[in-house]
Amino acid sequence: MTVEPILSTTALEKRFGGVRAVAGVDFSLQPGELRCLIGPNGAGKSTFFKMISGQLKPTSGEIRIAGHDMLNAEAYQIARSGIGIKNQVPDVMNGLSVRENLWLAAASRHRGAAIGRSVDRITERLALTAILDRLVGELAHGQRQWVEIGMVIVCEPRIVLLDEPAAGMSDEETVLTAELIREINKDMTIVVVEHDMQFIRRIARTVTVFHQGRILIEDSFDKIAADPTVREVYLGRSGGT
Amino acid sequence: MIATTLYLIIYSISLLMLVSLGLAIIFGMMKVINLAHGEFMMLGAYACVLCVNAGAPLWLAFAAAALAVGLFGIVVERLIIRFLYGRIVDTLLATWGLSLFLVGLVTTVFGPQAWSISARFGNVSFGGMNFSAYTFVLIAISIGMVVVTWLIARLTTVGLIVRGTMQDATVASGLGVNRNLVYMGTFGYGAALAGLAGAVLVPITGASPSLGLFFVAKAFINVIIGGHLPLIGTIAASSLFGTIDGFVSYVWSSVVGEVSVLIVAVILLRLLPLGITGRLRSGL
Amino acid sequence: MIPEFSATAARPPKAWWWGVIALIALAMVMLPYYVDIALQLDLSIIFVFALLALSMGFLWGYAGILSFGQTIFFGLGGYAYAVLALNTGMTGLPFLGALLIPVAFSALLGYFMIYGRISDIYLSVTTLVVTLIFEKSIRSTSGPEYVIGSVRLNGQNGIPGVPGLTLPWLDGAPLSIEGVFYLTAGAMLLVYVALRLLLTTRFGRVIVGIRENERRMELLGYDTRLYKLGAFVLAGGIAALSGVLYALWGNFVAPEMFNLNQAAQVVIWVIVGGRSTLIGPIFGTGIVQYTSNWLGTVGVGQVTLVLGIVLMVFVLVFPRGLLPTIGDAFGYVRRRVAGRGAAR
Repeated sequence: MTVEPILSTTALEKRFGGVRAVAGVDFSLQPGELRCLIGPNGAGKSTFFKMISGQLKPTSGEIRIAGHDMLNAEAYQIARSGIGIKNQVPDVMNGLSVRENLWLAAASRHRGAAIGRSVDRITERLALTAILDRLVGELAHGQRQWVEIGMVIVCEPRIVLLDEPAAGMSDEETVLTAELIREINKDMTIVVVEHDMQFIRRIARTVTVFHQGRILIEDSFDKIAADPTVREVYLGRSGGT
Repeated sequence: MIATTLYLIIYSISLLMLVSLGLAIIFGMMKVINLAHGEFMMLGAYACVLCVNAGAPLWLAFAAAALAVGLFGIVVERLIIRFLYGRIVDTLLATWGLSLFLVGLVTTVFGPQAWSISARFGNVSFGGMNFSAYTFVLIAISIGMVVVTWLIARLTTVGLIVRGTMQDATVASGLGVNRNLVYMGTFGYGAALAGLAGAVLVPITGASPSLGLFFVAKAFINVIIGGHLPLIGTIAASSLFGTIDGFVSYVWSSVVGEVSVLIVAVILLRLLPLGITGRLRSGL
Repeated sequence: MIPEFSATAARPPKAWWWGVIALIALAMVMLPYYVDIALQLDLSIIFVFALLALSMGFLWGYAGILSFGQTIFFGLGGYAYAVLALNTGMTGLPFLGALLIPVAFSALLGYFMIYGRISDIYLSVTTLVVTLIFEKSIRSTSGPEYVIGSVRLNGQNGIPGVPGLTLPWLDGAPLSIEGVFYLTAGAMLLVYVALRLLLTTRFGRVIVGIRENERRMELLGYDTRLYKLGAFVLAGGIAALSGVLYALWGNFVAPEMFNLNQAAQVVIWVIVGGRSTLIGPIFGTGIVQYTSNWLGTVGVGQVTLVLGIVLMVFVLVFPRGLLPTIGDAFGYVRRRVAGRGAAR
């Protein structure tokens, strides 16, 4: 644990009016990790993601990406520093085709012919060839999620934040997504927010549990799954594994 | 000299509140910017002139103008606005079309020249300066408009329902509030205030097809910088811009006053993109 | 969710498109040999206004920025040319200067609005207010004390006698009516082709992406405000070009260039033609200008009244504009015909 964390937050806090959505989170991520964040609805996971990616300004605290202070950075600067995010609700260019969406994502990273090449690579990897010229807005929810994941990884970020990547997917698609996440983890550090425990079991190494805007516990999947406090706040309610 | 400047500033502030409150209420409540606001004022002015020429006393003409334009606003809401809720840009365009239409219509019916009324108000001497007595009437009416609106919103059931809808339209309609009726009423009330404002301006400017055009620029700036809370926003923005406008107009000219207001407003947009009340979550 | 516009425009134009453009260019070159001067003048002003409509249509349809005040840069371009040309006695450099001044102003105004991240309707209303106040300010300059260099601004009377463009290879004579026709037609066609090609570039695709989903583009690492400002300034430049050409066409500039009716007309041209294409605004300008000229000749006194009705009807009934609506109708008929053929 002597390596410098690629992402860390200190006492990160976000208040909406009187509500503390995130109430002092100290979080640290080592390069190459595949981390899962779980926790009941309203635990602050999505707010946490939005602060890291620059979509929300924290009320107080500190965010460091590879050692650099990113607290007041604009969202595009954070993206350029190597953070890619898939939001909870599919967040794509609905009026454009799949090809154009991927092209725009690739063009933020590459120039010239390299754009086309990386679009081709990701198309093949995610098996999007058949729907390449369809408008994204016409696709099913699961397919749109895939396009968005494709857009995130075609930018070759150092850290990928995935907010509920398996939501709205069929069982088969969920299995494929888990495989994909494990595969891209070879090159990228990944943080996943999910509710689906089967899915987490497939991919997780370390799991961080959020509760009421704070980190409740952080441990391996099996330990978390067996922890009585976690069961009480989260797993107990959703019926366990 | 200080008295004159002070008087000009208070007059500017009142004028701004007068011409923008109706617009601000419609915007704050319904997120609709009514580009025909100036023409609603113009209609109020004509209504006032017609009443006075028919022999009605001025105060009755004011009331009639407010009522007539209020009813007209309700008709407009039913015929145009209600089809466009949630399509903010289209509302903007449709009300702009309405504004052109009304200018054209009024010019056709009443001609391009200004109609005036023969009302006499004396001058008031104060600290060795002469002030037109009517400006004090205008200041009083403008303050009255704000106070009455505040009282309606704070003390009446209607006000409570409207405030509730403003906070959260879906929750309010879940509680059995008829949202259509609230929007219709709000638009009508905003239009009535515009009509009253136009009528109150008649003794100063008369009524002409371009009356609205003359005041809308200031009203739009005021509402945008005021932000989403109509009363606090209007008072705050009017005080700021009225002070600038009154002072600069006194030192240079009214056009320079307006230009300085615009420059300050554009710079403020960079700093407070949601207006003065943008950060406030609740209020009026 | 049905997307409002397709973005097929991002593909490079096909060969037939270039063919059509070449044919139109040829027709423009031939036209002065066949039609009289009055028609050339009428067409020239339509081309000038079509440029103004293009500036707004491009900004609205492709960058998603609804500026009601393209007349700011139109008027500023015209006035800048008039003042510079009358002061210097030259015409070429003032032409360039008259493009630069509005462009600089659009950068300044755009910076405050776009970097402040004000909402869309705030931007629309702010641009409208700016053009209104420009008009009012210019109207108030009738006194002899309002002079720039040796040129009086003349308030609401405007500046007459604006010199026509002289070109060195034409022996220093000002451009003839035919010359103005070629200039305006050429400018419109060039700007149209340039914008069409721009949409296939990285910049063009990125602004369309921002129109679709600004936040996503930012999360992909694009400085969206810079791109939007770029689009705003480009549109300001096109509007300024239109304003300079207007001054050259009529040898005259007046505060009406900034006024609410002019601004409303731009919106109507774009809405009538359809904002989701580049050809729509050009087409809309032609049809609206032709119709309002005709209304004027048949004695409909208040053209504003008719324009107001047109605007309301289009917003409520054909919000997509004529060309896309016609396109939809064609598509529908074609599918019906194809369907019947298949059924047989």
